[in-house]
Amino acid sequence: MTGDAPLLLAEGLGKDYGARIGCRAVDLSLHEGEVLAVVGESGSGKSTLLSLLSGAQAPSAGRVSYRRGDGVLADLALMPEAERRLLMRTDFGFVHQRAEDGLRMAVSAGGNVGERLMAAGRRHYGAIRAEAADFLARVEIDPARMDEDPRAFSGGMRQRLQIARNLVSRPRLVFMDEPTSGLDVSVQAKLLDLIRALVEELGLAVVIVTHDLAVARLLADRILVMRAGRVIEAGLCDQVLDDPQAPYTQLLVASVLTP
Amino acid sequence: MSMPALTYNFAYLDEQTKRMIRRAILKAIAIPGYQVPFASREMPMPYGWGTGGVQVTAAILGADDVLKVIDQGADDTTNAVSIRAFFQATAGIATTTRTREASIIQTRHRLPETPLRDGQVVVYQVPIPEPLRFLEPRESETRRLHALEDYGLMHVKLYEDIARHGEIATTYAYPVEVEGRYVMDPSPIPKFDNPKLDRSPALQLFGAGREQRIYAVPPHSRVRSLDFEDHPFRVQRFVAPCALCGAADAYLDEVILDDAGGRMFVCSDTDHCATRREAGHVGEMGSPPLAPRDAPPPPLRRSDGVGGPTAADPLAAPTAEIAPPPTLPSPARGEGGPKAGVARHAEAGLRAPAGRNAP
Repeated sequence: MTGDAPLLLAEGLGKDYGARIGCRAVDLSLHEGEVLAVVGESGSGKSTLLSLLSGAQAPSAGRVSYRRGDGVLADLALMPEAERRLLMRTDFGFVHQRAEDGLRMAVSAGGNVGERLMAAGRRHYGAIRAEAADFLARVEIDPARMDEDPRAFSGGMRQRLQIARNLVSRPRLVFMDEPTSGLDVSVQAKLLDLIRALVEELGLAVVIVTHDLAVARLLADRILVMRAGRVIEAGLCDQVLDDPQAPYTQLLVASVLTP
Repeated sequence: MSMPALTYNFAYLDEQTKRMIRRAILKAIAIPGYQVPFASREMPMPYGWGTGGVQVTAAILGADDVLKVIDQGADDTTNAVSIRAFFQATAGIATTTRTREASIIQTRHRLPETPLRDGQVVVYQVPIPEPLRFLEPRESETRRLHALEDYGLMHVKLYEDIARHGEIATTYAYPVEVEGRYVMDPSPIPKFDNPKLDRSPALQLFGAGREQRIYAVPPHSRVRSLDFEDHPFRVQRFVAPCALCGAADAYLDEVILDDAGGRMFVCSDTDHCATRREAGHVGEMGSPPLAPRDAPPPPLRRSDGVGGPTAADPLAAPTAEIAPPPTLPSPARGEGGPKAGVARHAEAGLRAPAGRNAP
């Protein structure tokens, strides 16, 4: 299903915060259905890169292009704001590290999932509700709880709700910022299973930021290792993790605890 | 030894301020439903008492205008009486309680039952002009949502209503879409009045003093209440007609009569109710027809004595214009006395309820 043209293309991407470096000279491409993990320690520029790729921030240098539904590769920064926001609520999804940042906490679970449908112009309450219930079931939230607001949900449930809210508009590209950190390990494992199944089922392209190499190994096809705002190593997931070349990557791989 | 008489510019505001407000009004009319910022002034009344509406009225008021002021439909409640007195004192213009005779109607929370006509202007007092406010607290963000016509959020609110209550439970300040573009808060009028906004021949201006916004619905504009295909917009219905005038199609207020569950439902539009009773309509708790209200009203007390309406002016009906029937002891009238609402209930042969709420 993928042509040769990438879905997302970053060229010479950089972001400075005054004198500090956010990230520098990042080149990457992402094809449909591909999962790319960005790993690195805290402060290495992972989240900055993610916000540039998703169009939430404008880059200081370089550009990000997205291949729209009509096949045209468009520069995100040059797009009119209306079009960029339309992309964000239709073609893109963004799963935040803290579910509270990505959800409306005072709105019921059903309303959270239905928001994107209503933003896309759907005006049939029954149909919106049925689709929201269907998606809640897919992320293993009991549809009987769809009228409760997320404050009544556990951390894992909130994260799954956030995923349902993003996937209901059938995006082509989902950005995830540390989606499993802050959850205990058994919940993490279940969530990872769920993400992996959904990614395969819906053929999503994903950019996932994580500091957890196990998450990267489990989900990603390719991996990007960042340090001090620069990409120091990139390649296929198994290749990078089993035979790391850069000294920092070697350190990173060596510091994983194995029980 | 006397203090010099205090004189005000016509309609209180200075001419530069009125020009500034008129510019905002013109822009608002040019972009129906769009909230135009304006430099709201301190007015000699507290925020929440209609400072936005008063400034809009002051800016458009001319010497030959006839002003009607209503508060929740009534001409005789505190807010309406004091704003009417304010413009009588500062502009010396004629006032009326009759919808048909007014050229400008300033209103808080209601539209008159009598259909509006060409050439009339309705000025709404608006507390919170932003329909998205309770969903999105950031002003910068709500402005962007309006600019991009990104109104999915508004339907999330209606969705929540249906999910929680089984129907759209919003009964006032019900959001509308104006001319297929901007989503607007019609001020806290009951949704019963929403259909009257659509294609109204009158110009409708909305002023929010504290929030410093003016917006408008020009005459004959399309105004559509938001809804879902399977939960269409509906107005509330009343089970019983007005207890005083028998009107079955008017918006009714509930009046508690005693502490034993006694209550009556009466028209919230006092002019509509009185006009119907003059015409001979009687509800189940009403008394025989009222005398016409055009009986000479008592002279107005004025501080400056400039340009006031004469006692013979039929448009200058004072605050307590509903005369009690002759069979009952006459309630106190005039300034400082109980409101005419009390007279209405005394007329029904019942103990007077606690007064209406202040704004």
